[in-house]
Amino acid sequence: MDATVPEIRIAHTQPQTQAPAVLEQGQPTPPPQEHSAIRKYLLGRGNSAIADRVFKALMVLCALSIFVIVALIATELVTRSSMAWNAFHLQFFWTSYFDPTTGLPSYWDPVNGHFSALPFVYGTLVSSFLALLLAVPLAVGVAVFLTEMCPEVLRGPLAFLTELLAAIPSIVYGLWAVFVLVPLLREHLNPLLIGAFGWTGLFSDDNPTGLGFVSAAVILAIMILPIISSLTREVMSAVPHSQREAVLALGATRWEMIRTGVLRNARIGIVGSIILGLGRALGETMAVTMVIGNSPEIHKSLLSNGSSMASVIANEFAEATSDLHRSALVEVGLALFIVTILVNAAARLLVWAVTRGAPAHAN
Amino acid sequence: MDTLAKEFQMRTRIRGFIDHAATGLAVLSTLLVILPLVAIFVYLLIKGARSVNLDFFTQIPKPVGEAGGGMANAIIGSATLLGVASLIGIPVGIGGGVYLAEYGRGTKLANAIRFTADVLNGVPSIVVGIAAYALIVMPQGHFSALAGGVALAIMMVPTICRTSEEMLHMVPHSVREAALGLGVPSWRSVLSITLKTASPGIITGCMLAFARVAGETAPLLFTALGNEFWSTSLNEPIAALPLQIYVYAISPYDDWHRLAWAGALVLIVLIVLAVSLVRYVTSRGVLKGAS
Repeated sequence: MDATVPEIRIAHTQPQTQAPAVLEQGQPTPPPQEHSAIRKYLLGRGNSAIADRVFKALMVLCALSIFVIVALIATELVTRSSMAWNAFHLQFFWTSYFDPTTGLPSYWDPVNGHFSALPFVYGTLVSSFLALLLAVPLAVGVAVFLTEMCPEVLRGPLAFLTELLAAIPSIVYGLWAVFVLVPLLREHLNPLLIGAFGWTGLFSDDNPTGLGFVSAAVILAIMILPIISSLTREVMSAVPHSQREAVLALGATRWEMIRTGVLRNARIGIVGSIILGLGRALGETMAVTMVIGNSPEIHKSLLSNGSSMASVIANEFAEATSDLHRSALVEVGLALFIVTILVNAAARLLVWAVTRGAPAHAN
Repeated sequence: MDTLAKEFQMRTRIRGFIDHAATGLAVLSTLLVILPLVAIFVYLLIKGARSVNLDFFTQIPKPVGEAGGGMANAIIGSATLLGVASLIGIPVGIGGGVYLAEYGRGTKLANAIRFTADVLNGVPSIVVGIAAYALIVMPQGHFSALAGGVALAIMMVPTICRTSEEMLHMVPHSVREAALGLGVPSWRSVLSITLKTASPGIITGCMLAFARVAGETAPLLFTALGNEFWSTSLNEPIAALPLQIYVYAISPYDDWHRLAWAGALVLIVLIVLAVSLVRYVTSRGVLKGAS
C-alpha cells in the first residue's frame, strides 16, 4: 500500500490511522477530552460556516442568559431597595424603636414608617439552625443506613422514598403542618418541652396556638432532610472501597469501619451537604409562613410566634402600604439573596472538592 | 494474663454493643424519616379523596358559605403558567446545556456558567418572585400571568441546563464523529444527532424541573396573584393551584380547608406521576440505542 500511495495522500492518513483508536474509546462514558484529529479536520472544513456560527451564537446566548438572570435579579433588588437603604443604612439589620404609645420596643412598624429587619433575621437563623439540629443526625443516619447497612433489595425503594420527600411541594408540607403537625406538637410535644426545660426560659407556655419557631423548625427539618441525606449518600459512595476493606481488615466492627473509614473521609462533603441544606432552610417560604405565627417580635421562648425573612416578604409584599414599606421588604429579600448565594457557593465548592470526577447531580 | 484476656473480652463486648447500637440508630432514623412521608400521603388520601369529585374539576370557587365549588380555574391557570414557563425555560435551558456540553468544554466561561447555574438553583423562590415583580409587574402596573410564568421560567432554567449538559456528556464521541464524517454540518449534527440521542435524559430533566415549579407558590404570590374567576389572559392576574391551596389553607372555613386538601391531593398526584415516570424511564437506561 505504501508504495502505491501518492505523496499527497500522506497528509490524510494521519487522521485515518487515529480513527479506529477513537472508535474503540467510544464507550458510553468517554472522558471529556479534546476533539479527536478527525473531528478537528472535519470541523475545520467550514462547509456551513455561517449556519454553524449562528447556531453556536444562539447556544452561547442561552448560556449567557443565566448570567443575565442573576445580574438582573441583583440589580433589581439593589435599585428597588435603595429607598430603605438610604433611610436606614446598615442599622436596618440591628436597630429597634420604641413605640411612643406603648413604650415597648417595636421593630417593624409600617404605620409609623419604622423598619428594622432584626426580628426576621433572628427568626430565620433560629428556625434554620433548630431545623439543622434536628435534620443532620437523622440525615446522616439515613445515608449511613442506605449506603452501608441496607440490604440490596430495600436500597432502591428506600432511596426513592427519601427522594419523593424532596419532590413534595412546600405548600403541601405547609398544609400538612398546619392541620396535622401543629396540633400534634401542641398537644404532646410542647407540654413535655415546657415541663422538662421550662426553667431555661426557652420554652414558656404563653402561646396556646402551637405556631412558632419549634413548629417551623420541625417542618423545615423534614423538608431539608432529603437534600442533606442524598448528597451525603453521594459523598459517602465516593469513598473508595479499599478504605473500607482496609479498616475491616484491621479487625474493626462495622460501625468502626463507617466511623473511621467512611465518615472521616467524607466529612468535608458532608459539611458541604449540611451547608446546602442550610441554604434551602434559609430561603424556605411557604411552609414556614404557614406555621411560624408571623409576628415581628423577638421572644426568648422558642414556642412563641415569630417571623422569618422569607415569611414577612410572602405576607406583606403584595399589600405593602407605602413605597418605603415595599422597599424595606425588597431589602430583606436582597439580604436573603446575598446570604443564600454565599451559603450555596460555599456548599458547592465543598461538595465539588470531594466528588470531583464523579458525575454530579443537578438538584 | 488473666486480667488482660478479661479486659480484651470486655472491650470486644463493648465494641459489639456500640456496633449494634449504631445499626439500631441508623434503622431508627430511617424509620423516622419515612414516617412523615407516610403520614403526609395518608392524610392527603384520607382528607383529599373525600372532597375530590367532578365539581372540583369543573366548577370555579364558590363564595364563602355556599357548599361545593371547585378549582377548575386554578387548574387551567396552573396549566397556563406552566405553559408560559416551559415555553421560555425549556429552550433556554437546553440551549445553555448544549453550549456547556458541546462548545464550552473545559473553558473558563463554561465553568463560570455551570457555577452560576448551581447558585441560581439555590436562590430562594421568593426572591425570584420579587425580581419578576420588579421586572414585569412594576413596569406594567398590574399583576399578570406573564409575570408568574417568567418567575417560574427563571426557576426552570438552571435545572434543565445542568441535566441537559450531563445527558449530552453521556453521548459517545463516536456518534458525533460519525455524523460529521458523513459531512453533516456541526449545527445539524448537534440538533438531530447529539440532542436526539440524549433526548430521553433531557426530557427527564425537563419533567423534573416542571414538577418542581408546578408546586411553587412563593414566586406567584405577587406576580400571578390569584383570581377567583376564569381567566386565561396573560395580561391579567390568574389563579394557580398552589396559590389557591395556600389561600384556602389559611382561611378559617372548614369548607375551604377540605378544598385545600383536595387541591393538594391533585397537585401531588400529578407530581408523583411525573417523578415516577422519570424514574421508570431513567431506570430503563437513559441512552438505549446510543451505542
